[in-house]
Amino acid sequence: MPMTKRVARLRQRSLEARPTLSPERALLMTRFYQQETERCSVPVQRARAFAYLLEHKTICIQDDELIVGEKGPAPKATPTYPELCCHSLADLDILNTREKISFAVSPETFQLYADEIIPFWRGKTMREMILREMTPEWIAAYEAGVFTEFMEQRSPGHTVLDDKIYHKGMLDFIAEIDARLASLDYLNDPQAYARQEQLKAMRIAAQALIRFAERHAEHARELAAQTTDPRRKQELERIAAVCEHVPAHPPRDFWEALQYYWFVHLGVTIELNPWDAFNPGRLDQHLEPFYRQGLADGTLTREMAEELLHCFWIKFNNQPAPPKVGVTAAESSTYTDFAQINLGGLKPDGSDGVNEVTYLLLDVIEEMRLLQPSSSIQVSKKSPDRFIKRAARIIRTGFGQPSIFNTDAVIQEMIRAGKSVIDARNGGTSGCVETGAFGKENYNLTGYFNLPKVLEITLHNGVDPRTGKRIGLETGDPRDFASFEALFAAFERQLRYFIDIKIRGNNVIERLYATYMPAPFLSLLIDDCIATGKDYHDGGARYNTSYIQGVGLGSITDSLAALKYHVFEQHTFSMDALLAILADDFEGHQRERQLLLNRTPKYGNDDDYADAIMVRVFETYFNAIDGRPNTRGGRYCIDLLPTTCHVYFGSVIGALPDGRRAWQPLSEGISPVQGMDRHGPTAVLRSAAKMDHVRTGGTLLNQRFAPQVLASDDDLDKLVQLVRTYFRMDGHHIQFNVVDSATLRDAQQHPEQYRDLIVRVAGYSDYFCDLGRALQDEIIARTAHEALA
Amino acid sequence: MISGTVFDIRRFSIHDGPGIRTTVFLKGCSLRCWWCHNPESQRPRPELILRPERCIVCGACVETCPVGAIRANGQGYVTDRAICDDCGACVAACYADAREMVGRTMTVSEVMAEVLRDTTFYEGEGGVTFSGGEPLLQPEFLLALLQACKARDLHTALDTCGYAPPEALERVREYVDLFLYDLKLMDGERHRRFTGADNDLILRNLERLAATGSRIIVRVPVIPGLNDDPADIAAIGEYVSALPAVERLDLLPYHRMGADKYARLARPDPLPPTDPPPAAQMAELQRQLEAYGLAVKIGG
Repeated sequence: MPMTKRVARLRQRSLEARPTLSPERALLMTRFYQQETERCSVPVQRARAFAYLLEHKTICIQDDELIVGEKGPAPKATPTYPELCCHSLADLDILNTREKISFAVSPETFQLYADEIIPFWRGKTMREMILREMTPEWIAAYEAGVFTEFMEQRSPGHTVLDDKIYHKGMLDFIAEIDARLASLDYLNDPQAYARQEQLKAMRIAAQALIRFAERHAEHARELAAQTTDPRRKQELERIAAVCEHVPAHPPRDFWEALQYYWFVHLGVTIELNPWDAFNPGRLDQHLEPFYRQGLADGTLTREMAEELLHCFWIKFNNQPAPPKVGVTAAESSTYTDFAQINLGGLKPDGSDGVNEVTYLLLDVIEEMRLLQPSSSIQVSKKSPDRFIKRAARIIRTGFGQPSIFNTDAVIQEMIRAGKSVIDARNGGTSGCVETGAFGKENYNLTGYFNLPKVLEITLHNGVDPRTGKRIGLETGDPRDFASFEALFAAFERQLRYFIDIKIRGNNVIERLYATYMPAPFLSLLIDDCIATGKDYHDGGARYNTSYIQGVGLGSITDSLAALKYHVFEQHTFSMDALLAILADDFEGHQRERQLLLNRTPKYGNDDDYADAIMVRVFETYFNAIDGRPNTRGGRYCIDLLPTTCHVYFGSVIGALPDGRRAWQPLSEGISPVQGMDRHGPTAVLRSAAKMDHVRTGGTLLNQRFAPQVLASDDDLDKLVQLVRTYFRMDGHHIQFNVVDSATLRDAQQHPEQYRDLIVRVAGYSDYFCDLGRALQDEIIARTAHEALA
Repeated sequence: MISGTVFDIRRFSIHDGPGIRTTVFLKGCSLRCWWCHNPESQRPRPELILRPERCIVCGACVETCPVGAIRANGQGYVTDRAICDDCGACVAACYADAREMVGRTMTVSEVMAEVLRDTTFYEGEGGVTFSGGEPLLQPEFLLALLQACKARDLHTALDTCGYAPPEALERVREYVDLFLYDLKLMDGERHRRFTGADNDLILRNLERLAATGSRIIVRVPVIPGLNDDPADIAAIGEYVSALPAVERLDLLPYHRMGADKYARLARPDPLPPTDPPPAAQMAELQRQLEAYGLAVKIGG
C-alpha cells in the first residue's frame, strides 16, 4: 500500500533531520556521578545511572507519531557516552565541520564539554583505561594499522533479541529476579554476593524502563489535553494506554508489541553504545501471532499493521550511529548502526519460517527505502523461490537491501560452535554478516585484522615500511627465501605473532568491561544472565563468542599468488627486483605492473592456482584463532568482513605484489580484488565457495550487477538460481548491488541530485553521496557484470 | 582428439537460452550481416584485435613483432594490417592487454573442462549454448561437443543462422535440446544484400527442422531501416506462424556493440551509424507479431 500522508511526513522529516550531537546524556551522566555520594557496587551504580538517565532525559513525542521514544532529545540528536570515550573539543570540531558523516555541534555543547564534561571525565574513561593497559607491542601494531580495536569507544554489543519480550513484561522479569535472589546460597556459593549485586542491578534497570514508559504515557496525556484535533487526541490517548501497559506487562496486540520492542531498543542503546545497534532479529516470527490474532478479532487490518511498521521503521532511521573519534571514525564511516532485521529462516521445529508477515515486511522495506534499519532474508532449502524473488524485486531497484543469507549454513556454523540446534534455528545474522544465537549470545566483533599488512611486514623482515619502525618478528630477509614455502612459513609466524598480541589485548579489555562497565539492562534480556546472576560482559550469556574479522582476503591471495608465480616459479623477477618495484610504487615500472595485474593467477576466477592460495590463507588464519579461549567462558572464531575498514587498512599499506598501488583500498570481504574477477559471477561464487564457510561466523560476498541484468522476471529466476547454487556450496552470504557505473559517476558530479541513492557498501547500505571519494571510486571500479561484454 | 576454433567461452550467460548457461562461441561465419555484433567471429582463423585505450605505450609490441608491422605514431602504435600475419607474438608481449588474439584452437576436452565448471549452476533448464559465428561451420567439432554434453546429461542449445548444409544440421539435431534459429528477412533480394547470402537455404533448413518436432525459438534481430518495416515483420509473422513447433519468437533490438568491435579489428563497419530501435517501436512490433498467434519476447 502507498504510505499514508502521516507516514510520508514522518519519513520526510526523518530524511531531512540533520544529525546533531546532543550533550544531554553526557551531562546527565556527569551530574549523576558528581552527585553520587553513597558507596555501592559497580553494577548497582551502573543501574542507578541508567535509571537516572531514563528519569531525567527529555521525552520526545512528535506530531504524527504512533510509535514513540527517541534515544536523544529529538530525532537524530545523538547522545554520547563519556564514561567510555569522551570527545575532546578538537573531536567535536571535526564532527561539526567534516564533509561526510558530520554531526552539528552547537556553541552551547562546546561550552558544556569545555566546562563540565571534559574536566570530569579526564582520566576516568574506559578508553583511557584500555589504552593504559595495552602493551607497547599492542600499541605499535594498532598504530601501524595491523588491527583495530572495537571496544575502545563502544561497548561490546553485537547481540540481538529473541522472542522473550513478546510474552514477558518487565514485571515478569522482576519476579524472576526476585525468585533468583531468594534462592542465592550464601553459605556454599562464594559468588552469591556478586550475583546478588548483579541481580539487584538488573531489577533496578527493569524498573527504570517501566518508569521511562510511564513518562511517555504522562507526556502523551498532556499532549492529548492540549490538542484541538480530535483524531490526534484519540491517537495520543491510545499511545498513553500502550505505554502504560508495555513494557510492564506482555504486549496484547501488534501495536504494543512494536512499542515494547522500541522501549527495549532505547533502553539498550541509552545504557551503553553497544557495537551494532541492538535489533529485534526475527521480526516476522515475533509479530506473526499478534498479526494473525488482530486480523481474527477484527482489531487490526493489513493497512493498520503496515502503517505501524512504517512508523517503527522511521524510528530506526532517526538514530545515527554514535559518532566516533580517531582511527575508528575512518574505519567505519557511516551513519548506519547495523540493525539488521531478519526475515524468513526456519522455525525452532525446523520448518519453513516464511509467513504472511514476512511478505508484509518486504513491502515495508520497499516502501520505506530508508538507510536504517537494514534487512536480510534468511534462505533455507525449505524457503520458497518466490520469497527470494520478492526480495530480488527490491534489490533490483538499486536499494541494496535486503541482503541474502544461507540459513542452512548459518545453522551449521552455530552447531559447529557448540550451540543447540533449537538455539541455532532461533538465531540468525546481525551487523554485517555475523552469526549468533539471538537472545542467548554475546558475540563480539573485537577488531578487524589486516592480512595484507602482515604480508607487507613479512616482506620487510618485521619492519613497517611506512614508518620504518620494527613492529613484527624478524622472520628473515625475504631475498634469502629459497622457496614459496619459506615465505609462507615466515608469513604464518608473523600472523600468529600479531594474533597473539590482539588476543592478549582482547582478554584484558573483556575483563575491564566485566569489572567496570557492567550492562544490567542488556543482561536482563539475554539468557542466562538472570539464571547465573552474571553480567552480559562477564560470561552471563549462554554462549560467548569473540570474533576477529579478517580483511583483504582477495588482496593477500593475489599478492601471494604473484610472489609464488613470478618470483619462485616463472622467475620473472627476483625478490629483490620486485621489492624495488614496490618501493617505487610502480613509478617507472608500468609494464611490470601490467604483468602483475594481467598475467598472474587471480582469486575470483575459479582458477585453482589462486584459489588454493586463498584456501591456504583461510586455513592459516583459522588455525591461528579458532577455538582459543576468551575470558567469558567462550571461544574465538573467525569472520571475514570489512565494513569499510578495507579503505582504512589500504591507506596504511604501500604497493602490493598484486599490482595494487600504495594506499589504495584493499579487496573487501571475501570478494575478489576490485575489477580482477573477469569470468563472471559463477566463477566468483565457485572461487569463494572453496573456503569452508561453515567454520566461520560469517563471510561477506558482494556482487554488483548492472540493472539490465535483472530487468525481466526470467532474469530474477536466474538470480534465484545463482543464490541457490552458491548456498548449495555452503556460501554464507551474498549481496547484490544493482547500479550502473554511469549513474554513479554522475552522482559524484551532481551529488545534490542523488541524495536518495543508496548503494550496498559492504555488509550494509549507505547513501552514495555520504561516502568518501575513495569508497565512491572503489564502488565505481568494481566490475559490473554486464550480460553483454 | 577433435579440436576446433573457439573465440570465447562465456559463463553466466543468461540471454542465450533458458536458465544459467555457458555459451561457447565458435569462430567462423557463413554470413556477413551488416549489423553483426560479433564481427570478430566472422573469419575462421584467430586474428588480432586492438584495444588502444589500454595501451601504456611501453613499446614491447614494436620490439616483438617479427615482421615489422607495428610502428609508433606519437601517441601510440599503428599496426599495418597488410603486413601483420596475426601471429600473436605482440599479444604475448602486451601485458596491458591492449592487443588480444581472438580465437584459439581448443580440443573437445578443453572446452568441456570449462563447461563443466558451472554444472552445479545449470539446475532446471540451464546448460550449454553453442553460438558463433556459425557453429555448423565446424560440424565435426560441434558434433563432438554436443555428444560430450549429452554424455553428461547437460541441456544443449544451438544458436544458428541456418546457413549450413542440411546434412550438417541433420547430424547434430538429435543432440540439441533447443534451437535458437536466426531469421533476418523474408525478402530474398535484400537478405542477399545485407547478409551476403540468399535466404533460401535458411528457410528450407528451418522448415525441415520444424517438421522434425525439434524445439525452436526463432530470433529476429531488429535493425532500424533494414528490416523493421511493418511489411517485413508481417512477412516473418506469416511465415513463422505457419511452421509447426516454433515455441516462441524473440525480437532482438539492434545495439551498437558491433561498431566498437569493428574499430578494434581495424575493419570498416558496413552499417551506417544507426540508433537502437526505441522501446515503443519494439513493443509495437511485438504486438504486430502476437496478432499471428505467436508467443513473442523482446530480448533473448
